[in-house]
Amino acid sequence: MDTAPAAKASIHAQTPPKRRALLFLVLPPALWLLCFLVLPYLGLFFQSFLGTNDLGDVVLEPSLDAWKAFFTKTLYRSTLLYTFKIALTVTSLAVLFSVPLAYFIAFKVRRGKELLYSLIIVPLWVSYIVRAYAWKIILGREGILNSFLQWAKITDAPVEAFLYSEWAIIIGLVHIYTPFVLMPVYTAFEQIPRSLVEASKDLGAGRITTFFRVVLPLSLPGVIAGGTFAFVLTLGDFLAPVLLGGTDNLMISNVVQNLFGTSNDRPLGSVVGIVLLVVVVALLETTSRAEKSFASLESGRGRGGLGAQPGSSGRSPHRPTGGAR
Amino acid sequence: MKRRFDLPTFLVGSAAAFVLAFIYLPMVVVVVYSFNPDAVNVFPMRGFSLRWYRMLLDDEQLLAALRISLLVALGGTSIGLLLGVPGAIALARHDFPGKRFLERIVLLPLTLPGIVTGVAMLSFFPLIGVPVSLLAVLIGHGTFLIAITLTQVYARLRRLDPSLEEASADLGAPPITTFFKVVLPNIKTAIIGSALLSFTLSLDEIPVTFFLIAGDNTLPIQIWAMMRRGISPEVNAISTLVFAGSIGLILLGTALGGRDKE
Repeated sequence: MDTAPAAKASIHAQTPPKRRALLFLVLPPALWLLCFLVLPYLGLFFQSFLGTNDLGDVVLEPSLDAWKAFFTKTLYRSTLLYTFKIALTVTSLAVLFSVPLAYFIAFKVRRGKELLYSLIIVPLWVSYIVRAYAWKIILGREGILNSFLQWAKITDAPVEAFLYSEWAIIIGLVHIYTPFVLMPVYTAFEQIPRSLVEASKDLGAGRITTFFRVVLPLSLPGVIAGGTFAFVLTLGDFLAPVLLGGTDNLMISNVVQNLFGTSNDRPLGSVVGIVLLVVVVALLETTSRAEKSFASLESGRGRGGLGAQPGSSGRSPHRPTGGAR
Repeated sequence: MKRRFDLPTFLVGSAAAFVLAFIYLPMVVVVVYSFNPDAVNVFPMRGFSLRWYRMLLDDEQLLAALRISLLVALGGTSIGLLLGVPGAIALARHDFPGKRFLERIVLLPLTLPGIVTGVAMLSFFPLIGVPVSLLAVLIGHGTFLIAITLTQVYARLRRLDPSLEEASADLGAPPITTFFKVVLPNIKTAIIGSALLSFTLSLDEIPVTFFLIAGDNTLPIQIWAMMRRGISPEVNAISTLVFAGSIGLILLGTALGGRDKE
């Protein structure tokens, strides 16, 4: 991905004063990240191969107990599968919600487009805990939804099933992570040359055909990027299951949280953490490849060639920075 | 302009309106119910009151949490700027051994689930003499804020023609002068933008903080603790203030940083 500018700069990098400047620039952040990021991750990996004493505290003795426990006890496998199921549901709903709104803003809105777009971006940065809390007061037993239903005489007793259920987790997470999907999908729609859409219509395709045959395939890299975000963020979420799902609907991150907390089995917690890490890295690798292959379709190599596009060459601009959760 | 009824557009429009409502309704509910005179959040709301805001002002724990959060955000953002900006310049303008590795490493706190980073730090920090404490929280925040600043400033530097800096050097300016006279003015808005973004993210951070905190709660952790004790409309009031604060920071960020976007 680095081309001419980097190569040019490297010629100058040979001179001694530049090298000293480079050390001054690169050493502090590199050392910081080594001490406070790389070593902790490596430590987590090593910790997964250590044993525990009777109190559950880590002892410096090599042991495979934690890994054995992870692969033999069904709790971990079933929680992982359950988490995938929730994450898949959340991702599908977030994509389903994002596509019409992004499409509407990108293609139908003429005035106030910027404002509308800001409106969908703002919730990205609005406190996670506030958004989760909002669902708690809406869905609670004495919450706003229940009291509204009773006030409107639709039900005459509070419905217990809203909060502390799987659907409460899903609704909360879809609400929290939809903006992360909206952003790349909208960017993808915006980048589609309007001439392609017109060409499709000129050639006699209806609007619905145009959407499914032209617009949607071209926006796939954005959909994949956003979907990956929603999926990965859901995998790592341990707050929503506790706040909205109660005690029966624990996800894989809650297992990690418990093993590092009340259950106090850090080696096993490390195993689950490493597994989570590997799953996420594998997923990100796969989807970034998928994004690239769809992006290359755009530039005319696949599917009968849709014509080369300026501004959408290879490198995906869809990833919003700062999804740091 | 034809203005006749058009079914597909109407359907897409309704779906879009529904999704926008879905995104905003919960936040509107919290704001509205922060003025609830009663202790339970029920529909319809009876009247209007500022009692929960008054209660906030007397809540020592909450005010302490706010102070701690502001301090951590300020400290973390400073660490992010002091280490992230030089790192971005090094990655964008120099070649050195381990560059590829650094490029990948710096993305980890942004791509990996916060909980993995949190438990890794929890296990490792005490070994290097940093017990679970506010210092650990500060280091944790600083680490992912380096990643934020570095990626944002790096992206801006990639769009900046290096020949500008070469011209400055050829004309005899020492690197420091080139930095302050040529590079800095061009990346200023990216730096301000990433600082505001860092501040907002730090104020809201939970997964890493959760594992590194000793007793002095940050604001989101304190809100979380209040929620677990039971629902009090006081949380509505503090949430509304947090909400207003984040929107203020975002607007400030777009006003300062958005002007020179392509």
